[in-house]
Amino acid sequence: MDYMTLFIQQVINGLHIGSIYALIALGYTMVYGIVKLINFAHGDIMMVGAYTAFIFMTTYNQNIIVALIIAVLFCSILGFTIEKVAYKPLRKAPRMWALITAIGVSFFLESTVMVLFGANPKPFPAPQSSLIKIGNLQFSQLMIISLVLSVILMLSLERFIQTTRLGKAMRASSEDAEAAALMGISVNKTISTAFIIGSALAAIGGVLFAVAYPQIKPMMGVMPGLKAFIAAVLGGIGIIPGAVLGGFLLGLIESLTKGFLSAFWPDATLWADAILFSILILVLLIKPSGILGKNIREKV
Amino acid sequence: MKKLVNQVNSKLINPAKEKVVDPINLRIKKQNKSMQRFIYASLTIGFVYILLILGMLTGLIDSYLSGIIVSIMINIIMAVSLALVTGYLGELVLGHAGFMAVGAYTAAILTMQLNLPMIIEFPIAIICGGLLSSLVGIIIGIPALRLRGDYLGIITLGFGEIIRIILNNLDITNGARGLSGIPHYSNFSVTFFVTIIVIVILYKLISSKTGRAIVAIRDNEIATDCIGISTFFYKTLAFSCAAFFAGVAGGLYAHYHTVLNPVSFGFMQSIEVLIIVVLGGMGNLFGTIIAAVILGILNELLRSFSEYRMIMYSLILIIMMICKAKGITLAIIKSKFANRSPKKSKGGKSDARSFKN
Repeated sequence: MDYMTLFIQQVINGLHIGSIYALIALGYTMVYGIVKLINFAHGDIMMVGAYTAFIFMTTYNQNIIVALIIAVLFCSILGFTIEKVAYKPLRKAPRMWALITAIGVSFFLESTVMVLFGANPKPFPAPQSSLIKIGNLQFSQLMIISLVLSVILMLSLERFIQTTRLGKAMRASSEDAEAAALMGISVNKTISTAFIIGSALAAIGGVLFAVAYPQIKPMMGVMPGLKAFIAAVLGGIGIIPGAVLGGFLLGLIESLTKGFLSAFWPDATLWADAILFSILILVLLIKPSGILGKNIREKV
Repeated sequence: MKKLVNQVNSKLINPAKEKVVDPINLRIKKQNKSMQRFIYASLTIGFVYILLILGMLTGLIDSYLSGIIVSIMINIIMAVSLALVTGYLGELVLGHAGFMAVGAYTAAILTMQLNLPMIIEFPIAIICGGLLSSLVGIIIGIPALRLRGDYLGIITLGFGEIIRIILNNLDITNGARGLSGIPHYSNFSVTFFVTIIVIVILYKLISSKTGRAIVAIRDNEIATDCIGISTFFYKTLAFSCAAFFAGVAGGLYAHYHTVLNPVSFGFMQSIEVLIIVVLGGMGNLFGTIIAAVILGILNELLRSFSEYRMIMYSLILIIMMICKAKGITLAIIKSKFANRSPKKSKGGKSDARSFKN
């Protein structure tokens, strides 16, 4: 395989994994935009989504589409409940407190799943799919389906945010929650919506992730969650297109360092995460509010 | 603007100075008071130390318990050093374990290479670990402190992870297999006295002019800059001090456990220290110490729940934070039960020193 083919192959892989990061990053960015909270439990909601789909596929013998829909419903309810029970009482408290609560929720979800299903990884019954070959390139159908699905979801979310009443309310609340409340927007409702949509997207991301790496474990949400969050920050946190851009960028960087750079430099896989974080730091130092973020000057 | 400057000014000028009538008399009085405080503090510390040592001699505290006490003390050093940055300077740091790792590895490699008597090489190793860690802190701090709030948190998270990955891949640190065969130098007494020294230094630092400048930066950075305090200098200072003490904690950790692995300095370790600082109250040194002790004991008590331990721990964490936000403290709950007439509690009373944006 020549370098050009390898490069294109890795770009496709990167787009695939990047689309999953982008789906998860959307939830982070929506929640952060309105509540200014780093929802550390978001990666674990993704894990719960994957487990729900797993249960419905193995014990109830449903096909993956039914399982996906059930996972989405379950995670939406879960996200809504978590917000109402754990985050709402802390809305007026210092932000660091809410951060600790989010970490607590994250621990809670991880340990509950660990007690229920054990800490060992379980194989995920991903459906069989045929490989598509174009020249020397090859990729599975599932990859294309997952990429297309996430792009459709992102576009519809963007339309939802831009055109519907609720979407406008969300944008208004993220710009200035107090002013939005004065204009008669129920900020509580918009926050709940953000959590429901974010959790639903995380559930889809979780199932797609489980299909891509066909195994699930209780800690599977931690690293993708962290990376999705970094993607959100990279693109400019609070900005919907930013999260998508950041997600794809992160996926590309990751798969290119692991798959392409390692052809020249065998240790690249070991350093992949370090390269990722270095790029994040560089971007933030050059543009402190992310790639698409606007610089807001602080006033006295 | 003027109001803000005044606010900061009044914080920096010692309020006692305004009432000065007889400066010499006051100084003597002040000295007496600080002398008294010093004596009380050293008596308490001595008492606690003798109690613990007696417990160990009589066998009440076995090696398992003393191990727990040592790790709580290492956690205290980590927490009070993070409290300087997070509590007093008000910046979110998510990579504190990275500094601990730098200190731990430096100290461990030094003692393994130097081959000097323990009394000489151990202090050298600990201090060198702290210094290198604070150097790393400065290198990270100078660019990172341009950013604010959550972005700074992310950058420190990134640096913490990078440090861990570097340790994982270097030959001198033996990579992912980790270092082993580190001499067992840090026993109970050494750790105890180092902890006390660190707490005293930090307490002195915080109650000095430097400390007031740091608190002023937290409360209003722009106003602090306006009255001629170099925010850049004090921020970097606080950051490197915190890194130094984290490095010291790392050195103690390395020489207590005698094995080091990059896995033990991951993101979760940083989060654990942050939890202690936030639970203890932002900008409250003694609260932080108490929180470290309580969380350490809680962790041990929950051990009997085996696999349900983390569920209990996380639930307690969430409930504690919600209670804190609602202003429910033990005193209020007690008074409610005692009075029987449900008085309105100070609902929603939140800390005035909120985390700045």
